[in-house]
Formats: sequence, C-alpha cells, structure tokens
Amino acid sequence: MNISILNGRLIDPANGIDDFLDLHIQGQQVLAVGTAPEGFEAQETIDASGCIVCPGLVDIAASLRDPGPGRIDLASETAAAARGGITTLVCTPDTQPVIDTPAVIELIHRTARKLRRTRVLVAAALTQELDGQQLANMAALARAGAVALSNARRPLANTLVERRALEYAATFGLTVMLRPEDPHLRAGGCAHEGAVATRLGLPGIPSCAETVAVARDLALAEHTGARVHFHALSTAGAAGQLREAQAAKLAVSADVAAHQLHLTEMDIEGFDANCHVSPPLRTLADREALRQAVADGTIAAICSDHQPHELDAKEAPFPETAPGISGLETLLALTLRLVDEGVLSLTEAIARVTCGPADLLGLPYGRLGAGSPADVCIFEPDTPWTLRRSALYSEGRNTPFEGWEFEDQVTHTLFNGRVVYRRDARNPA
Amino acid sequence: MATDRRQNIQLTPDGRLRHFLTIEGLSRELLTHILDIAESFAALPGRPVKKVPALRGRIITNLFFENSTRTRTTFELAAKRLSADVLNFNVSTSATAKGETLLDTLRNIEAMHSEMFVVRHSQSGAAHFIARHAAPGVSVINAGDGRHAHPTQAMLDMFTIRRHKGDFTPLRVAIVGDILHSRVARSQILALNTLGVTEVRVVGPRTLIPTEARALGVHVYHDLDEGLRDVDVVIMLRLQKERMDGALLPSESEYFRLYGLTNKRLEAAKPDAIVMHPGPMNRGVEMDSEVADGPRSVILQQVSYGIAVRMAVMSLCMQTHAEEREEA
Repeated sequence: MNISILNGRLIDPANGIDDFLDLHIQGQQVLAVGTAPEGFEAQETIDASGCIVCPGLVDIAASLRDPGPGRIDLASETAAAARGGITTLVCTPDTQPVIDTPAVIELIHRTARKLRRTRVLVAAALTQELDGQQLANMAALARAGAVALSNARRPLANTLVERRALEYAATFGLTVMLRPEDPHLRAGGCAHEGAVATRLGLPGIPSCAETVAVARDLALAEHTGARVHFHALSTAGAAGQLREAQAAKLAVSADVAAHQLHLTEMDIEGFDANCHVSPPLRTLADREALRQAVADGTIAAICSDHQPHELDAKEAPFPETAPGISGLETLLALTLRLVDEGVLSLTEAIARVTCGPADLLGLPYGRLGAGSPADVCIFEPDTPWTLRRSALYSEGRNTPFEGWEFEDQVTHTLFNGRVVYRRDARNPA
Repeated sequence: MATDRRQNIQLTPDGRLRHFLTIEGLSRELLTHILDIAESFAALPGRPVKKVPALRGRIITNLFFENSTRTRTTFELAAKRLSADVLNFNVSTSATAKGETLLDTLRNIEAMHSEMFVVRHSQSGAAHFIARHAAPGVSVINAGDGRHAHPTQAMLDMFTIRRHKGDFTPLRVAIVGDILHSRVARSQILALNTLGVTEVRVVGPRTLIPTEARALGVHVYHDLDEGLRDVDVVIMLRLQKERMDGALLPSESEYFRLYGLTNKRLEAAKPDAIVMHPGPMNRGVEMDSEVADGPRSVILQQVSYGIAVRMAVMSLCMQTHAEEREEA
C-alpha cells in the first residue's frame, strides 16, 4: 500500500531533518521525503497538519513476559507499544523459559510477525537460565537473530564468569547489555539508601551498588575489548564514570529508564509500591546528573524499562511487591516532557528514543531516509491528556503516572508501512 | 502524582486519629492528648480491677505476622480493660504459610466484623498497606512493621519520660545501639522531636547507624562516653543476635566493651538520668545487670505504662470512627 503523510513537521534526527516535509511510503519502505516522485499514487493520505512526524520509537529494553504464564503477552504488549509510538522493541531474556535457546527466539519472532504491530527483537541470555554460571550458546543465539546479550536484571556475581562472558561475546562482536548492580551491596534492599528510605525503615540499596559494578564492568570491558552497554543507570556517579570511560575512547554506552528522569526517592513516600523500581528511584541530584548525561549525549538512549505486572504483584507491603513500571505507553510522553522542562531540544529528545538506541545496537531503524523501513510515529503537540491506569493497553497497569497530564498525543503509528495505531479509531489495527 | 499516598491516611481531614500507624505527621498537641488520656487510664492498676466500658461489644483483632508475646499481651490486656472482645491471629503460623495473601487474610477477618486490627508484620509499610485496604470504619494500629515504626512503644516511652521528667523541652536523650534496624528508635526519634526535646542523640558503630541518620533529626555519636555526656534519658536498644552474621559487628563482647551500659559509663550522664529499654533485654550485651536492676532503671515501669498508652490509642481511634458514623 502507498501512503503519503502530508503537511506535518518532519523531524528525523539521524538525517538532520527538521522541516515541513511530506513523507511518501511505498510498501514497507520510505520512498521519498518531500515531493512525491513522478507517478506515485497514494492509496491513503494522512493529514499531519499541526503534528510532528518522526521515526517510530526504538525501545531497547522491555520485559514482555512472553513466553510466560499470565495475561501479559506479546499481543497485549505490542498493542501498548504501537499506541506509544514504538515500532521496535528489544525484549529482555527474562521470559519463562528464558531466552537462552534459538527456539525461544524463533517463537518470539514468529508470534511478533503474526501480530504485525511492532518489530520485536531479542536480547538473548548471556548465561544459561540467567544463572550467572554457565555461558549461553551465544553464537547460536546470534545466528537466530539475537541483537545483543543480557543477563536481564540478574547481575553476574562472579567476576570470572563475567570476564569469560565478555570475552566470548567479543569473539563474535556481540554487544553485551549489563545492568550494573553489585548483588552483595544490594543485599535485601528495595529503595535508595537515602533520607526517605531511612525514615520509612525500608532496606536500602546504596548508590555504590551501582558504581562498584560500573567500575568493575568498565575494567572488564577494557580488558576484554567487549562492546558493553549499560542498561538503566540510576546514579550521578555512574554517569560520571561513563563519561570518563567514553572520553578514554572505550566502546561503552548506556541508557536510562524514562521514569528515572522524572521521579526521585521522594515519590516512594507513603510506601507507594508503583514507585518500587529496580534500580531504585534516587535523589534529586542523581536525577539532575542523569538528565545532564542525556543532554550531553553520554547517555544516548532513553528506554521504557517496561516491567508489566499483574495486579497482585503490587498488592503487598512495599518490600514484598515486584519492582518495575509498565512503561511502553509513557516512554514518548515522558521523553517529550524533558523538552518542556528545558532539558533537551525537541530533536535531541526524539533522537534519544529513535536513532540513539538504534545506533547503539547497530540497527538500521529509528530513521526515515529513502529506503528505510517505513516505521513512523506521528504525534500532536499541545494536546493535553491525562494518563489513566485503567485505559492502558498494556496488561501491566503498574504505573506511578496515574493522573499525570501530558502534552503530546500519538495520533498514528506506522510499522513497516502499515498503520498499526490510530488515535481516532475505536480499535487499534 | 500519587498525592493521595502522601496524605496522612491516619488522620481524618479535620485531624482526628483514625489509624495509628506512625508518629510521623502527628502534631505535638495530638501526642500530648494521647499521653493525657493514657494518664487517666494509668491510675487504674492501683485500684481494684476495674474496666471502662468504652469499647463494650466491639471486636479487636490482634493480627500478628511476627511473633511477639509481650506486645500482643499488652494490647490484649488494653483491649480487655476497655471491655472489647479480642481475637488473636498468629498469621505467621497459619494462613500465609498456606499461600493466602495478606489481603485475603484481611478480608476474611473483616468478615468477622472486627472493627480494629492491631498489626505486627516483618515488612516496613505493612500497616500502611493494611490501613489503605481496610474497609471504612476499621482502624489499624501498628504494633511494629519491619524497620519502619512502632508508635505505641514510642508513646509508652514518652509516657515514661514525662512521668519521670515532666517537661520534654529541656531534655537531652541518647538512644544507643542498633538504630539501623530499629523501628522503635525511628518512632522514638519522631516523637521526641515532635514533643520538642532539646536534643536527640544516637550512639553506635557506623554499621548500625543509617548513613542518612541526620535526616531523622538527630546528632550522631560513635563514642558512648561522649554520647552520654549530660543526657537526661538513656534509651538502650536490643541487639539482635543475627547482627553478628551480617558482618555488622565482630562479637557481642566487643559490642559490650564499646557500647554496653555500666554504672561507670552512666556517670557521664546527668546524676538524675533515667535508663530505659524497650525489651526484651540481653543482659551483659546492651546493659550490665547492675544498671538494669539499679535505681536509675525505669524498664519495668515502661512495661506497665504500655497498657495505659495502648488503651488511649485504641479508644481514640474507635471514638473517631464512632463520630464519623454518627456524622454519616
């Protein structure tokens, strides 16, 4: 099908474009930007007057729980992604069973292809069963399409295993995504070890649980030559360590979860389990340092760190609740809020959720040049809406942003040249 | 933002006590009011057995997810003095072991028409969680949640201090020992500061003092002699045996040498300083027997005052609900 998106403001950071340009799509690809080629006939035109047209979002860390028990699955979560303007998801390996065999990767790819709502890529397990002991069959996983390796939220306790895992991954040029956290320093913690957790008597996770791990991981990255990506930084210290390592030309990158740029330890006040996340919400100073690192490009990607949970996972005393936020439907809104707050320019904000994350993993997405996959997000600025937990498409309703007002509304999401979400339609495609 | 969670759910909009979950957010006037009511009940033990009919026909449930004979017993006695009927649930040994969730347990007991839950739980925030999910008209009293709060213990300690010292404002108070894991210390610190004491000190090794302790409104001391200098009240905290395992302390003997209270060390405090301990005490670890049984010790008074203070808190919460029912 041929589609023309007309009259919108096209922002494509990868190609340095911010202009009122039309976008013409033929089949699954972008055919042209600007004037339609001679003879091109659109079967559908989308009037994007007053809207911003940008590449579909690339979210490099989302837990999708499929395969796995429960109601949360690829069908519900890809619908949520499409609604959030996300066209490429990198799924973390903490499924049941764990993504440590090519068969699980094929299953996910096949299911996602059938659903046709968003591209689902896989970060496969770094160690078998994520046990932190036995290396996963990385070459086979890469052949099956894994775009990175990760131990999900289970940090490697054994430094020798980590060294071997990085060396082995480096053999095949694979990127390793690490969640830097020293499990011993984390101990039984569930909140940032700071003033609020001290007052509430919540077992703390010190900042050094992250910085100790980053220091160790950086030393091992340098030693092994592996390509290391840090997932979900939470501390000012880690942002500083990363900046120094990049200045020393080490091939390391990082992302931050969108909620980490807006919430702080103060938000757990009253034992709000929806603000129980891992890594924990930290201080205002940490949040400012993370924002700064996102602004100067040290942190090149903002991700959802999507952790959808069934209702009862948050229905318990705070320390016993499952950590995480259902983040797919707030990734764009929270990122664009940084523009309103003067942290990022609009182009930078879009870059951090499109070409930024795509480039980290060497993916050809998050851009809209001729010949690129036709993954497009169209949103309407200055159109206030209020987030309602009950209205989420995700089966995970665990969000602390209930009642927040956002300014930008996704009107259309196109994936591979098909409209997969329309705001004004009763049902998503 | 989740503003609803930040409101003090233990108070009605006009500031009456609906639940008793933490000292945090309660005014000096309210704390003083609780102490005054407790004072009126405290006269009772000297007289022949006398009950007040305040809560006749009401059902109070002790919901203990963590064992504590002592606290449960004083709550039970307090409830009976108020003429209430008491149900005891030791949940650690029953339902949750069979996989029942906390909410299921709560709903089941609510179905028995209990109007008040006295809750003890090993996790911080458990009492808030139960209060948030309890049916309207049900009060929750926190009898200790994780490391967070133990407000009735703190109030009976305040009661003890007031009985012996009168005015709070000139007092310097030292709390000695495992502050990090202590819900009692957190509630005491809040209560002492709300009641306007001159200074609250915490004394202990760095492994047992939270890194952000100053945010609690205390001065931190690592040397016992310095920490006790010129204080009016010394509160010794219980040292859990398992603290030796987590590399928090090398040994009980070293702890006693550094932080154990002896008559000699007590000389640094004011001559009329009183010594308190929330119990149960490890003699020879936190405190020498000569201090525990000595003239400065008010440890046994603390226990007997506990009943009056709990009666005060229970009757206040029940009264709020009765008033709310009438208004509705």
